[in-house]
Amino acid sequence: MSGPDIQDAITSAHRDEWARVIASLTKRFGDLDIAEEAAAEAFATAVEKWPADGVPPNPGGWLTTTANRKAIDRLRRESKRDDKHKEALVLTDDDPPEPLGAIEDERLRLIFTCCHPALAMETRMALTLRMVGGLTVPEIARAFLVQESAMGQRITRAKAKIKAARIPYRVPAAEDLPARVSGVLAVLFLVFNEGYLATGADTDPVRHDLTAEAIRLTRLIRALLPNDGEVAGLLALMLLTEARRTARISASGELITLGEQNRGAWDAALIAEGHRLVRERLAAGVAPGRYQILAAINAVHTSARDVRDTDWSQILALYDQLARLDSSAIVLLNRAIAVAELDGPEVALADVDRLEEKLAGYHAYHAARADLLRRQGRSEESRAAYDKAIELAGNTAETAYLTRRRDQLG
Amino acid sequence: MQYLVSVIDDKVNPGSDDRQPAISEFNERLIAEGYWVFAGGLADTESATVIDNRGGQAVFSDGPFVESKEYLAGVWVWETPDLDVALKLAAEASKVCDRKIEVRPFR
Repeated sequence: MSGPDIQDAITSAHRDEWARVIASLTKRFGDLDIAEEAAAEAFATAVEKWPADGVPPNPGGWLTTTANRKAIDRLRRESKRDDKHKEALVLTDDDPPEPLGAIEDERLRLIFTCCHPALAMETRMALTLRMVGGLTVPEIARAFLVQESAMGQRITRAKAKIKAARIPYRVPAAEDLPARVSGVLAVLFLVFNEGYLATGADTDPVRHDLTAEAIRLTRLIRALLPNDGEVAGLLALMLLTEARRTARISASGELITLGEQNRGAWDAALIAEGHRLVRERLAAGVAPGRYQILAAINAVHTSARDVRDTDWSQILALYDQLARLDSSAIVLLNRAIAVAELDGPEVALADVDRLEEKLAGYHAYHAARADLLRRQGRSEESRAAYDKAIELAGNTAETAYLTRRRDQLG
Repeated sequence: MQYLVSVIDDKVNPGSDDRQPAISEFNERLIAEGYWVFAGGLADTESATVIDNRGGQAVFSDGPFVESKEYLAGVWVWETPDLDVALKLAAEASKVCDRKIEVRPFR
């Protein structure tokens, strides 16, 4: 195998096996820190050895075995200082496998641990992206728009709390599951979004590894809780979004907005599955939550064969419904975009401008303003807004799109 | 694993003062289920005395070490297998005491 092929093999092993290696080591050693460090060492060893020795036939098995050895080496080194560790090591060496909880997926145990309610929501997301998604600390820091050092500390503190407070490594009992699921869904949605609109100058604009992982895990949760409307809603939302993925980036790596996408390139099977889930939730007759409403909005978008057929009044009605549950500035910004289609850019701009205080640091706010100003022929103001949006946008495809739109201004 | 379970009262907005029978009943259950290690209610913060003998001569001062509207009204020590069990009991304890509860592991 040549150099680039080895690089691909390492990249795909990282994507496919990272969480599995972490989960397997966490189960065995009961310590996220040891698991993470040993997994990182195992991947570093792969980078060193695979180019010379070739890719092993079972990369996941090789990585898990190597990581296990690294973890044991570390514990042995530490056991020279501490007899209790040695004792722990001997005990864990022949541990019988623990019975699995309600969900038979190691990664879900890992997710429920990382998404424990005793951790702050931001911490849960960061920890899940690191331990389950395998993102690096700098990538996560960019996703959260915080300093790398601050993000590193947050993750370190979270692992320390899990250890010190003895947050269990397990899927919660069946009766506790519904209450714990909402936090997990929030995290999975964030993982999905980070994949769908990846931040950072050096990453691909779309990270299919992350969107696929978020969908896979949401499917697993849905299999377990088939009557949970929000699980179904989030899955539908992800599928309807993922269906448009390939139509969303041009050959030159530029973002193509919903209105300009080639709808023939959308994934019909994913759309059909998403629509089926949305219909199922409508038929259930239960008041929908946030994800179900977002899924319904996406169902309306993806039902239109041409952007001109979009039922904007239905979309606006859904945003109004959403705003009653969650009147955050971002929801109101998206609502304003629907308002622009129905009542024109001037009315929408007045709505958008009211959000300035809360969204001044958010690129989508400036991008929306730039578009509304452009549609009113206010070129100079539009250019300034595009400049601000470009400065704040972290996604390369989005930056390319915004730059072209700005440069097209007369 | 042992946890210090602190009962937090609020001087501005205190919890109800008729909780003792419910707390006793809850304690009985903690004992029966094997979680109970120790428990005690604390007297008013006004009864506290702070001693500082780091400077060569002990200085005694009247009152709690920190003045705040929230204060420690009582403690439990529980022995549970993990945080989830402690959190479940703490959620019940908060109802039973009509006060906020903090759960912290011992080192």
